[in-house]
Parts: sequence; C-alpha cells; structure tokens
Amino acid sequence: MFDSGVFTSLYWEWHIIILTVGGILGCFALILWLGGDRPKDEKVETMGHVWDETLEEYNNPLPRWWLNMFYLTLVFSIVYLILYPGLGSFAGILGWTELKEYKLEMEAAETRYGPIYAKYAKDSIEALAKDPEAVQLGHRLYMTYCTICHGSDARGIPGFPNLRDDDWLYGSNPEAIEGTIKNGRNGMMPTALQNNLKEDAEITSVVQYVLSLSGAQHDQTKVVSGEKVFKKICFACHGMDGKGMQALGAPNLTDNIWLYGGSVEQITETVSNGRQGKMPAHGEFLGSDKVHLLASYIYSISSQNDNTVAVK
Amino acid sequence: MVETANVIAGQTYNYKVIRQFSIMAIIWGVIGMAVGVYIAAELTWPWLNNIFDVPYFTFGRLRPLHTNTVIFAFGGSALIGTSYYVVQRTCHVRLISDKLASFTFWGWQTVIVLAAITLPLGLTTTKEYAELEWPIDILITFVWVAYAIVFFGTIVKRKVSHIYVANWFYGAFIITIAMLHIFNNMAVPVSWWKSYSAYAGVQDAMVQWWYGHNAVGFFLTAGFLGMMYYFVPKQAQRPVYSYRLSIVHFWALIFTYIWAGPHHLHYTALPDWTQSLGMVMSLILLAPSWGGMINGIMTLSGAWEKLRSDPILRFMIVSVSFYGMSTFEGPMMAIKTVNALSHYTDWTIGHVHSGALGWVAMISMGSLYYLIPRLFGRTLYSLKLVEIHFWTATIGVVLYITAMWVSGIMQGLMWRAVNADGTLTYSFVESVQAMHPYYLTRWLGGVFFLAGMLIMAYNIFKTVTSSEVTKVNDAVVAPALAH
Repeated sequence: MFDSGVFTSLYWEWHIIILTVGGILGCFALILWLGGDRPKDEKVETMGHVWDETLEEYNNPLPRWWLNMFYLTLVFSIVYLILYPGLGSFAGILGWTELKEYKLEMEAAETRYGPIYAKYAKDSIEALAKDPEAVQLGHRLYMTYCTICHGSDARGIPGFPNLRDDDWLYGSNPEAIEGTIKNGRNGMMPTALQNNLKEDAEITSVVQYVLSLSGAQHDQTKVVSGEKVFKKICFACHGMDGKGMQALGAPNLTDNIWLYGGSVEQITETVSNGRQGKMPAHGEFLGSDKVHLLASYIYSISSQNDNTVAVK
Repeated sequence: MVETANVIAGQTYNYKVIRQFSIMAIIWGVIGMAVGVYIAAELTWPWLNNIFDVPYFTFGRLRPLHTNTVIFAFGGSALIGTSYYVVQRTCHVRLISDKLASFTFWGWQTVIVLAAITLPLGLTTTKEYAELEWPIDILITFVWVAYAIVFFGTIVKRKVSHIYVANWFYGAFIITIAMLHIFNNMAVPVSWWKSYSAYAGVQDAMVQWWYGHNAVGFFLTAGFLGMMYYFVPKQAQRPVYSYRLSIVHFWALIFTYIWAGPHHLHYTALPDWTQSLGMVMSLILLAPSWGGMINGIMTLSGAWEKLRSDPILRFMIVSVSFYGMSTFEGPMMAIKTVNALSHYTDWTIGHVHSGALGWVAMISMGSLYYLIPRLFGRTLYSLKLVEIHFWTATIGVVLYITAMWVSGIMQGLMWRAVNADGTLTYSFVESVQAMHPYYLTRWLGGVFFLAGMLIMAYNIFKTVTSSEVTKVNDAVVAPALAH
C-alpha cells in the first residue's frame, strides 16, 4: 500500500526546515553585514592584494538596486513559505495542495463541459452516428484521447486496430463498441509453449496453414500437417473455419487483415511468442457521457464504410 | 600598479597539461557542436534519422553524445585547463604533481572517448547528463579525485596568503561536482554495461535533478565564473569591480543553487513542500547570479572603449551578459505558473542554450584566445578572424534562442488550448508540425555557431604552428610585495 510517510519522514523534516530557514536568514545577515557599510563619494581603493603581477580588486559597495532586489526575493520567499507548503509538514496557511488544485480544476471543467455531453446521453448510438454535431463532438474526443494508439485517421498502427474497416475483434454493434471503450479489452494470444506446441515443425506448418486461410502465398506441402495442428489447438479460439470468435476477441484469420502483420516472420512470431493486446478502460476516466459519444463516432466511421458524415 | 616581474630562478609553471587541455577543448568543441548541428537537422528533417539502416545515428542515440561532448568534453577540458593556469599563476607556485596532472588529462580524455563509443551503442543509465554506465563513472571518480588533489594541493602550497576569488569558484565547482557525481550515480551493476539506480521512483527523480540542476549550477556556472574572474580582469587590465560583492554572491550562490533542483519536477509526484522549496530557492538565486554578472561587467568601468577594439574582451563581456539574461530567465521559469507553460517545451532547450552557447562557450572562447598564445609563446594569428568568429557566434546564439522562445511558447500554448467543449484544440502532431520553421531556424543558428568554432580552430591551428616563436613566459613569479 502507498504510504506517503516513506517519502517524507519526519526525522528529515527538521533538518530541512532548519537549513531552509537558517539559509534564508543567513542570506539576510550576509547582505545586511556587507551591504550596510557604504562609503560615500570616497575614492575607491583596491584591497591591496596583487596576484599574478596585475590582478587586483576594488571594494566597491554593493549596488543599491541589486541589494533591494536581493531583499525582495528573500521577503517574497518567506511570505511564500508561510502561505504555501514548503517547510516540512507545515501545510501553509492557505491550505493549498497540488491535489486540491487538480480537483478544483476538474470540478470546474465538469460543471462547464459536462452538460455539453450529457445532452446526448439518452439518444441511441445509431441515431447519434447520423447527427453531425454529435459526431463532431465524438471526433474531437477521439482526437484528444485515442489518436496516440489508433492514429489521427483512425486507421491504426501495427498492434492497434484500424477502426475504419469492417473487421471487428469484439463485435461491431454499438453495445460492443461502447463496452470496449468503457471497460477496455485484454487481447491474449498464448505462446507456442502455452499452447503445447513444442516442435518447430508444428509451428512452421501451422503458419503455412494460416497463410492459406486468407489465400496468401503459402507452402502447399505443409498445409495438411498444419491443418491438423490448427484443428487440434488453434480452433479453440479461432474456430474450425478460422473465422475467429468475437466473444473471445479471437481474430478472423480468413480475411487479409493482420493486427500484428501478415508476413511469414510476423505470423511465426505471433504463434511462437504470443501477443498481448491492451485496450485501456476509459469509463471511469471519461465518464459515461463522453464514452457514449466516442462510441457513436467510432460507429459512424465504421458502419458506413468510411465516414459519410462529414467531419471537419 | 604593475611591478617588474620578480622571477623565482629555475622554477616554471606546468604549461604542458594546460596546452593539452586547451587544444582538446577546441577539438571537442568542434565535434560536440557538429553533432548538435546534425541532431538539430534530424529534428528539422526527420528522414535523416533513417538514412543509415542502423540505430547508432538516430536522434535518441546522438543527443546524449552531443550534451556529454559539449558539457564534459569541451566545457570540462576548458575548465580543467584554465583552472590549472589560474591556480598556478595566482598561487605563484607550480602544480603539486605533474604526473597526477597528466593522469587527469589522459583519464578525462579516456572518459570522453568511452562516452563517444558507448552512447551511440545505446549503453546508457538514462539519467540526463549522467548517462554514462558504471565502469566509466568509476573512472570519472578517480580522475576527479586526482584533479581535486592537484588543485587543492597547489592552493595549500601557495606563496600568497589570500586565495584569489577565481579559485573559490573553481574550488566550489570541484568539490560539488564530486559530491553530485558520486551520489547521483549510485547504482547496482548487473553486467559490465548495465546497472540500475540505487534509488527508486520519485526519489530517483529528485536525486537526478538535484544532480542535473547543479551540473548547471556548479559545472556550467561556478566553474566558468572562476574563468571569468581571472580572464576578464586580465584582458581588460582592470581590477575586479568589488571584492565584497564577490564574497556575497559566492556564498549566496553556492548555498542557494544546491536547493533549486526540484523546479525540474513541478506538478509531479514530488511532495508539494519540496516543489515550493525548489521554487523559492530558485527565485533567491537571481540576485547572487547577477552579482557575478555585475562584477564581470563593471570590471570594465572606466575602460569601455576597449570593447570597440578588442574582440576577445567583447567575447567575454557578451558572455557575461548572456549569463545575466539566462539567470534571469531561469528563476522566472522556476515559478510554478510560468513553469506550467514552459515545462517540456522547447523554451527549456532555448534557455539551456542561451546559457551554454551564450555564456559557457563564449567565455571559454574568449579565455582560450587569451590563453593559447601565451601557452605556446606565439602571437595570435589573426585578430580579424576573432572578430568574425565573434559575430558568427553571436548571430548563431540569437537565432537559436529566439527560435526556441517562439516555438517553446507556441508549443505550450498549443498543448493547453481547448475547444468550447473541453477537448484539445490541437493534436500533438499538429504542434510538432508547427515547430518546423523554428527547428529550421535553430539549425541555422547552430550552423553559424559551428562555423565560428571552425574559424577559431583554424585561427588557433595557425597560431600554434606559426614559426615565429617567442619565449614562453612560464617562469614562476614571486608574489608582489603587498603580501
């Protein structure tokens, strides 16, 4: 469990408080001591030391404006340390904390922006996908939260699905999309070892069979033994026909869409070492209203086979 | 004022090690800045990262090489070299050990070569400015201890009672860097080229930025103030402006700097009180920093006309002005509300370079132009080329930092801009796209600065290979009678 005391031990607190206050007062003392004595219009003499033949030092007084600036920063610091946390566990008289500031800002944002999204909560995703205003709101949410993985064009990158095609790992109906965004998904392709695939020959042959499923170029001599392996092990998730199973998030292997790449090497890697896909849950983070609009946007760009609703 | 030099018969200063460090400072300067220009080009034209089908020359691998080369190879060689010159001439005594001094030279160069090999290979602790892996860290420790022995040993043996102000700053730099290096690099090795930090989580971050900010404060500031305190009065032939100012700003500076690190971790998991402390100490730092600037610039009072005719002095005075500017900018950026805008943007990069190019590099250049002819017993090949170098370097710095101000503030504003519905106005990649013209300008600034450095290298090459040799004035001078 998190214990903040680990980071802010009271034992050290007093060392730091004393050093801080002592240091600031020390600076005060230093400039009071050396800044106080100001010779007036006297001819400035050197200190009388000479180094390396010519190096000497005048002893001009500290410039007044500079001294004032120094005093000002010292006074500011003391006031700041009284108002804000800065001296160990003394919270400062304003009671400010970073966490409080965050919460206040989040609350203010919720009050301000919440109603914009709440307005659409009761409408169905199918209906919202046809409402240009709702789609635009969803698009902006998408650009803020989703582009890092799925790309600004929503066409995905290796390991992160394309959202514009009609291939769906967990289903294309509005409820499935909303569920994916809200609760996240954990995609898991087990490793060869976990699948009890122990021999390299089994892996190479099943890879060739998988290639044959989508009509890709493959080695015909290995397909028969590969099919045996597939129907003994892989079918459990991908189905006897290799068309996948959306309840498990097991991809369809008969189309030519590859989440982790469709080359012999990439498929061999997938079969040998497995894959871990993670769609993070956004329900708690974004709230159900925003998730609803996001789902509507995703539905709008996919269900109509590339968006027919214009998005600016 | 100037007494006839009263030479101590038969005794000379050790100039050999200073010659070595000075020449290497220039060579590493050229290399480090060239790498900087190349990675600036990689940011401007990202396809440059892929022209070779290997990872070694990508931005991520070369960036630490750039920072390590310019800070520790160029800056470090200039600092160690000039400190040996200053400590001998102001203590009126030869370095206590030629062998140990020679070890610091060869040891330091070995560290740099190892860095140049391991960093492109991707061997890194991932701690900024402390990327080198543990075997190199151990070598650095040995070299640094040897350096401290040579420097402080020479001070102990001095023939004058008062220690000249430049040596206070060099001394603070040596002691503090030793402490920072050791504590930040505490790690558990798991193989020859891999180790894990001894600290975890936010404490690791805090130790790292305690180190990181004081690498700026003591390596790039205190050390170079030492340089300023010797070479500015020498070149200007004027006494230092104020002894008492040097006392006040020295003690206030070294006390305050060491606290300022947490401003690198505003609005993070670092406890609130630590962040506040870092912020107020950074603000207090303004006056002590400006104390150094005042002492540097005011040393020239009564001799301003020299700036017109002496480009070496101009290097020094402009560098001190840049020092003043970046030490105003620093405390300002440490204020939480300003930091909320500036943090993670190019503004930080611009700030660092106004210090690194404007202050550190230019004071080193001025000092080396003063120093090298004296070390080699030759007159400087061309003052005209120094003049050209001065203008090229100045244009380079100005292009660089103005480009980064604009792009940094623009980045910060683009990242925080929100639509009427609370979503982000710009995607991250749009902010990257908007940076292009400024990255181009920054690269151009770098090209100017590098061109100046190449002019310097040529000028110095012609100087030290000149056939007109006068006697090197390395005889130990007896202290003036005033002592």
